Amino acid sequence: MGSDAGPLEEALRTKRAAGRKLLACYLVAGMSPDWLEALAAIEAEGADVIEVGIPFSDPLLDGPVIQEAGKRALLAGFTPGRVLADVGQSGCTVPLVAMTYYNILLRAGLERMAGRLVEAGIRGSIVADLSLEESGPWCEEAEAGGIENIMLVAPPTSVERAATIASMSRGFVYCVATMGVTGERVSLASSAAEVARKVTDVTDKPALVGIGVSTPAQASEVCSVADGVVVGSAIVRRLLDGEGPGGVGRFVAALRSAIDV
Amino acid sequence: MSPAGSEGNAAPMAMTGYPGPAGRFGEFGGRFAPESLVAACVELEHAFAEAWADEGFHAELSSILRTYGGRPTPVTECARLSRQLGVRILLKREDLAHTGSHKLNNVIGQALLARRMGKTRLIAETGAGQHGVATATAAALFGQDCQVYMGEIDIHRQELNVFRMQLLGAEVTAVKSGSRTLKDAVNDALRDWVATCDTTYYCLGSVMGPHPYPWMVRELQSVIGNEAREQCRELLGGTDPDFVVACVGGGSNSAGTFAGFVSTGAKLVGVEAAGGAAITRGIPGVLHGMKSYILQDDDGQILEAESISAGLDYPGIGPEHSYLASIGRAVYETAGDEDVLEAFKLLSRTEGIIPALEPAHAVAWVAREAGRSIPEGATVLITMSGRGDKDVAQVQELLRGQ
Repeated sequence: MGSDAGPLEEALRTKRAAGRKLLACYLVAGMSPDWLEALAAIEAEGADVIEVGIPFSDPLLDGPVIQEAGKRALLAGFTPGRVLADVGQSGCTVPLVAMTYYNILLRAGLERMAGRLVEAGIRGSIVADLSLEESGPWCEEAEAGGIENIMLVAPPTSVERAATIASMSRGFVYCVATMGVTGERVSLASSAAEVARKVTDVTDKPALVGIGVSTPAQASEVCSVADGVVVGSAIVRRLLDGEGPGGVGRFVAALRSAIDV
Repeated sequence: MSPAGSEGNAAPMAMTGYPGPAGRFGEFGGRFAPESLVAACVELEHAFAEAWADEGFHAELSSILRTYGGRPTPVTECARLSRQLGVRILLKREDLAHTGSHKLNNVIGQALLARRMGKTRLIAETGAGQHGVATATAAALFGQDCQVYMGEIDIHRQELNVFRMQLLGAEVTAVKSGSRTLKDAVNDALRDWVATCDTTYYCLGSVMGPHPYPWMVRELQSVIGNEAREQCRELLGGTDPDFVVACVGGGSNSAGTFAGFVSTGAKLVGVEAAGGAAITRGIPGVLHGMKSYILQDDDGQILEAESISAGLDYPGIGPEHSYLASIGRAVYETAGDEDVLEAFKLLSRTEGIIPALEPAHAVAWVAREAGRSIPEGATVLITMSGRGDKDVAQVQELLRGQ
């Protein structure tokens, strides 16, 4: 199991072994003119993974906040090519993961896209609309090219299916905290802990919980049952609201200190 | 690569067969859904397979379609139009079904299924509003809650249908994302379903979306083609029409029509809006849970379809149509807005039938091709998928502007 772990998974395992809870932060590439500064702020304040959204015209798993960010990025001309060129020059040393929808990969060609991600220094991928049943071709090309494809386990996923997904997932396993699209929630769903347990019962790969985790308190709550947390909309909303890289940095710092105990 | 072959069927029988647990029509179809929705799709697939094998379900469905829906709908021989075009034209009259279109066939089946599955709330997307009206109707009939997602632009184009849905007790939600038309209404319905699939049934309106929808909706609409084949044989002395023509947006009325004729010698022709021609101008891709021909740019961003007909304003097409096109069993042609308006007037004046703008595309193609690719004297069945009442205000405005 440990032998086929890629560099992203190894990095996360090492940190976990040192007692550190893992923080993954998401933003949409090109969503604001200062998104690269925001990326740097997220890195500086202690994210362990940064998920970079490559905008897609029809993001069906995303709520209004990330939809709006994606729309702005597309209007500003952020094609996958431009996103990857900018990311490649960002100088970011925290592991980067591309998050997008399958048609973006398919249109470019799976093998070619895996190569382009690697060229941009990206370590992993998350494809929101790629079910286990349809994931074979991308998993193969990603693996061959050196991209760790992270797969999702959701509240209705059966234990048996969760085991299959966890064994195919690379980097970490994404535990979907709640039913619904991305977006902030007032409180953490009770399903968050259930999904995390379902995953940690069947794998020793790092298990990170996301979707509907929006505050430092919720992040801390999640980290009592999982290896880490993914925060997206709460960061994206701050950038949309004009809080800038400074505001994003302060928020990420608050998340960091909430999960560092 | 031919996944269809891996199912063990030597001959492609996808039109009448089960597309396998993977929901594949050749390389098309599938279930490209977020993990959160996979369990709901599987639950639906099993529930439908079980219901569809149950005689009691069929008996209840056909009884409702007969006594409430007005089935069977007739086939009408168009004497004056035939004389004018030099080909023999028959219309399958889905415009005479309750709610004014073929959409009820699908919706009654799905609403019965929802009840069987214990789901108390229906959600639906709608473009022209016909599927929304049909869903609202079924929800009223069965006492279910109903919420319909409709693009903001379509709400303005189809005010009358919005009011009809509200009269029927449905909540109509304006979709303001993306192109604010049918494709975005599907996105928002799927977003709702991800959060609510425990209690909510997503009543998808066409042969699209993740497996099992393309299969299930084709099965529910196959009543059109099965009736029409028998009716045509009666009219034509035991023979089948030379051409079977239907309009295609997502492709439900055409899939239902073709299902009845795929094993005959009839040439199958789907007519897309020129501004939404997925087969003619699209590229295989993944949208709304399915792999199919899709209008998209070089980066994989989905393009907006543009048509005077809200019901055909969709950048994709059902995966089974992509498959039929790929094996050459059906051909897909296009009709432009101007020809469609002419056809709208032509059918109204020659036959006293005001068509919806969607099937006016099929009429437009036949009017254009009669005596050309349709030989003189050939017999042509056109599915009149809906009546034009919803479109008269828009057409009035368009004709004034000419």
